[in-house]
Amino acid sequence: MAKFNFIASLNGEELNKSPLRQLWRHFKSNHVALVGLWLFIALTILATLAPVLAPYGVNQQHSDALLLPPSWDDAGDVRFILGTDDLGRDVLSRLINGTTYTFGLAILTALITTLLGVILGVFAGMSKGVRSSILNHILDVTLSIPSLLLAIIIIALLGPGLLNTVWAIILALLPQYIHSVRNLVVQELSKDYIVAQWLDGANSWHVLSRGIFPNIYEHIVVIFTMSLSTAILDISALGFLKLGAQPPTAEWGAILAENLGFIYLAPWTVALPGILLFFAVLATNLVGDGLRTALKKRKAI
Amino acid sequence: MQPILKVQALSKTFKIRDRFFLRKKFKVLEDISFCLSKGETIAIIGETGSGKSTLAKILAGAEVSQKGQILLEGKVIEDDGKRKTSCRDIRLIFQDASKSLNPGITIGKTLNEILLMNTHYDAAQRQESIKNNLLKVGLLAEHQDYYPHMFSGGQLQRIALARALILEPKVLVLDEALSSLDPSVRAQTVNLLLKLQQETGLSYVLITHHLSLVKHMSDQTLVLDQGKVIEAGKTQALFIKHKSKITQRLLNC
Ligand SMILES: Nc1ncnc2c1ncn2[C@@H]1O[C@H](COP(=O)(O)OP(=O)(O)OP(=O)(O)O)[C@@H](O)[C@H]1O
Ligand SMILES: [Mg+2]
Repeated sequence: MAKFNFIASLNGEELNKSPLRQLWRHFKSNHVALVGLWLFIALTILATLAPVLAPYGVNQQHSDALLLPPSWDDAGDVRFILGTDDLGRDVLSRLINGTTYTFGLAILTALITTLLGVILGVFAGMSKGVRSSILNHILDVTLSIPSLLLAIIIIALLGPGLLNTVWAIILALLPQYIHSVRNLVVQELSKDYIVAQWLDGANSWHVLSRGIFPNIYEHIVVIFTMSLSTAILDISALGFLKLGAQPPTAEWGAILAENLGFIYLAPWTVALPGILLFFAVLATNLVGDGLRTALKKRKAI
Repeated sequence: MQPILKVQALSKTFKIRDRFFLRKKFKVLEDISFCLSKGETIAIIGETGSGKSTLAKILAGAEVSQKGQILLEGKVIEDDGKRKTSCRDIRLIFQDASKSLNPGITIGKTLNEILLMNTHYDAAQRQESIKNNLLKVGLLAEHQDYYPHMFSGGQLQRIALARALILEPKVLVLDEALSSLDPSVRAQTVNLLLKLQQETGLSYVLITHHLSLVKHMSDQTLVLDQGKVIEAGKTQALFIKHKSKITQRLLNC
């Protein structure tokens, strides 16, 4: 029996790792993406622990402190670090609670979309013939409409409200999701190792769970981050348009709309939710982008 | 002696899209017949597009034929396009081993899956079988925790071999399986294949462009051209004396 040196082919630490660990290494080397990840984690913690972390209640009014500027201003008060709004509510507490609505609810929305999108996308990808072509045409039509517009149309049918917003956004995001997952599945299905798996006696379920899924779940995470940033923007946009969360719900878009009248008098009440919104979307996009480049780099080896 | 693999008048047509909604029929294989005995090797050569890979896929069960029979040890396993038993006695080894292994899971998991689906072994027996098969093809038991990207091309082809052998098949179909390997690794793999053949009486269907391999490994040779068998016979005899021009051309290059 020929002896051959298996160590030689394994030199370089890089190769000697599971695909997931490789991905993490590539992701780690991208500092910007890492910052995005920390920001993302911070926002997630804020969203889950909002009531505990907020110094005051969401709708607790302080009649002695109306439209107080942030504490670093000369007119500010240390009790209200980011100032108060026209009803004397603590801006910081409202923004922290807003994380739960805007960011937390967006995550929930994106998760439900992922669940539905993956199931339907896999179904679309595995089916052949007439069924798949009908599905494709339906998807193509819905894909040509921007998600926010689609969400507004659905809201018009369902009526405004936070819960309806969530459903509307799920329905609006779904076509894109199904399309992407379907493409991933179709791409995988044509590969040799799937044919080999059929020949090993696998049924559809085996092929799906052991063959396709281990190779596409990272891509699904990337799609998840993309739909998450859309969901954040859509939830706050609909809140801002008074179609989504209604005052006094502390949703960032709704806070923005509520305080728009005081933009000259109390600019912090408008600027702060805007900045937070910006950071939430930025963090999500940085993580998604970092993942995508890491996936690409791993494939290049 | 009864042949282990017998192919009778196998035909296959592909329907390909033509202009408008018309479908054009395209004959890929026509009336292919051959016999293969235990422990023997049959080489199939032919120009590109002559249907060699299609034949390999049909034998392994990845495609179905339209007409003709495939018999394994006298039992019909495919009759006029209907595969009778989901049999794993004929196994296919792909040209590109790196693509035929699932990159997302370890080698051990891939092998374990195969045993789970096809045998009633318990966990210990499966582990034993995986270990034995890796050793059989010249790898180490520790390799089962590795992912496909950690191996070299030659090692991957060995893993593909282990994967095929783990179900103790009777026939191995090698579709250009040795072509992508560099010469020294190819020689090692050929030696391994010949050793396995001697030990277990495996039969090979060897599809290749390498005439040296055909000479070295095969007992019979089948020359395909545009889906038809144009010449067949003992390899040595065929190399010395052949009738058709196409064979002449194939053997010269
Ligand atoms: N799924 C398919 N649908 C339609 N035509 C096909 C299909 N698969 C193969 N063919 C055609 O069948 C013919 C034979 O293909 P095959 O892959 O068997 O050739 P081959 O002998 O293996 O060639 P090569 O030496 O290049 O590997 C080709 O002309 C090819 O275009
Ligand atoms: Mg071929």
